[in-house]
Amino acid sequence: MQRLLLATALTAAAGVAGAQDAGSGDPVKVGVILGFTGPIESITPNMGAAADLAVSEINEAGGILDGRMLEVVRADSTCIDAAAATAAAERLVTSDGISAIMGADCSGVTGAILANVAVPNGVAMVSPSATSPALSNAEDDDLFFRTSPSDARQGQVLSDILQSRDISEVAVTYTNNDYGKGFADSFAAAFEEAGGTVTLSAPHEDGKADYSAEIGALSSAGGEALVVLGYADTGGRGMIQAAYDTGAFDTFVLGDGMFSNDLITELSDALDGSFGTVPWSEGEGTEAFATQAEEAGFDPATSYTRESYDAMALLALAMQAAGSTDSNEYKASIMEVANAPGEQILPGQLGRAIEILSEGGDVDYVGGTNVELVGPGEAAGTYREYDIEDGEFVTVEIR
Amino acid sequence: MDFINGLITFLNFVAVPATAYGAQLALGALGVTMVYGILRFSNFAHGDTMAFGTMATILTTWGLQSLGVSLGPLPTALLALPVGIVAAIALVLATDRVVYRFYRRQRVVPVMLVIVSMGVMFVYNGLTRFAIGPDDRNFDDGTRFLISAGEFRRWTGLDEGLAIRSSQAITLATAIVVVAALFWFLNRTRTGKSMRAFSDNEDLALLSGISPERVVAITWIIVAALATVAGTLYGLDKSFQPFTYFQLLLPIFAAAIVGGLGSPLGAIAGGFVIAYSEVMITYAWKKVLGYWLPERFEPDNLVQLLSTDYKFAVSFAILVIVLLFRPTGLFRGKSV
Repeated sequence: MQRLLLATALTAAAGVAGAQDAGSGDPVKVGVILGFTGPIESITPNMGAAADLAVSEINEAGGILDGRMLEVVRADSTCIDAAAATAAAERLVTSDGISAIMGADCSGVTGAILANVAVPNGVAMVSPSATSPALSNAEDDDLFFRTSPSDARQGQVLSDILQSRDISEVAVTYTNNDYGKGFADSFAAAFEEAGGTVTLSAPHEDGKADYSAEIGALSSAGGEALVVLGYADTGGRGMIQAAYDTGAFDTFVLGDGMFSNDLITELSDALDGSFGTVPWSEGEGTEAFATQAEEAGFDPATSYTRESYDAMALLALAMQAAGSTDSNEYKASIMEVANAPGEQILPGQLGRAIEILSEGGDVDYVGGTNVELVGPGEAAGTYREYDIEDGEFVTVEIR
Repeated sequence: MDFINGLITFLNFVAVPATAYGAQLALGALGVTMVYGILRFSNFAHGDTMAFGTMATILTTWGLQSLGVSLGPLPTALLALPVGIVAAIALVLATDRVVYRFYRRQRVVPVMLVIVSMGVMFVYNGLTRFAIGPDDRNFDDGTRFLISAGEFRRWTGLDEGLAIRSSQAITLATAIVVVAALFWFLNRTRTGKSMRAFSDNEDLALLSGISPERVVAITWIIVAALATVAGTLYGLDKSFQPFTYFQLLLPIFAAAIVGGLGSPLGAIAGGFVIAYSEVMITYAWKKVLGYWLPERFEPDNLVQLLSTDYKFAVSFAILVIVLLFRPTGLFRGKSV
């Protein structure tokens, strides 16, 4: 009863305030920091579109906190340049006055933004795609969350897949940054524990002129397959091309950064018979998201598109649940809205979720990826094991 | 048989890729060295001149493809190359007229021109991205392999395969033709001689009636042609991405300096020295030595002198060593 009274009073107050400035309160600004230029620029447009989709859905249903609209302010993380990403995030916080960060994407820049901008300024951030295991232990004042699972898990899954295909000796190449290094280490640990051998784990730099030296070394080390933990637009692609051209490896095992339609169309000969993993999800939520995304005119199946929608939705729901746009007040609510108990919320039901929360109810956000946050606020995660056949991804199973 | 298997492995993973990469670097370094020899500054915009010329070539290639023109097994880009060269020449001549000539007349110190060329680099950078975008483009529509690894294994019955890409063969052939033409031009024609005279001693050349503007214009024309050829060959062999061309600047400069800035012969040697040392020092020799050495000497570890992470350190180590012991480079260029 008390809560109802309070809510009514607040609504009345908001109504009065609204009448005065002929609107319904200031918009709540949310920064979307993604690598719109750089090594993953082919997947970020859809990620941005997915975040926008969540925002427009909420705004059409009347916004959050009694009619305040969400407003997206975009910035470029560049994926690789920590200084540029930090400057972009700093600008969002200090001059745009954002209340939350949806981003960043690549693990290195995400760690930089978290340490240099988010924690000092006390702004919560939810990354849709930073998967480095190191971020699980980062100093974050409980401000950092991710809707994608840590690569410690993906390394394990990749190792299981190799075991199930009776491959016991592989060479590994990874992109030389936080993501690649963390992923390669967790994969090697899991694979060796299961009795496999990593003949050589060699890093490659992105955007370099020539990869014949790297391929020469890996080929000499040998192995039944080459595990490529890099980016589809730059180094990872160059490595596959060079390995295929010299006949060094016939089978490639791809990490999540290599999941790209462009890659398999252009290198369809080289990649035929290869396989890999990508964070994936199935079920009602995924289908609901796909329908919505297609209506909005973008492809729901590219990497981290669903996670981006979920990241944005979680931020908005948490603000509503805590009744505040102050990160330190709503940060605890992120775990609450993401996990049970409460009414399950699929994509397309964000308006309903806000209604429940404003009435003091409880929600369990399912979203496009069956969101379940564990540990220090990261997704538990399921992966799709796929084969590449005739330039198409074919699902083997969901792990 | 083991010896041949070892040799094939060596050719496949060291000699063939390093030769093609070396030829690409050599063509790039020739352009850098020409600008340094005659205009007396290090042209940082060279990588992006390559990107611009290649972009023009790609756009023309697309045009030709849509008209149904094709060279059969050869990439259509070779047909489009002259158009790319003309576009690059127009761009650098316009840049010289608008930017460099102003500073030349002021007789500014070379370091100033270096900074100016960095500005030009950013403008070219933007121009290329504006026209074609930052994405990766694959424009090689010819036959990809002269010999593929699998076919080679089937033909010869050897355990090891040898792959030679058509683009590698084209690169080497084109590089030889272009370099021969350049040397003939510099050594045998009147204009070429006047350019060398200008490079040796500017004042003396001016006194003997050589027109400086003409020499400068011809230099730019040659440089633009070299850059476009180098860029297109590189793009055919790997793929075209503006960002990679910007990165290519480092090994190209290393090659030009190692060979001796201002010396065309040095640029070629430098290109191959850099390419071969990058590949050989970071190559894991286990497989080759396994074939070549008697069984009891067979190595257990990878026999890799340096991990591939240090690939770039190799070029720069060579650069430092050469500068310490022969400051003018291997072929007695100008001192830096």
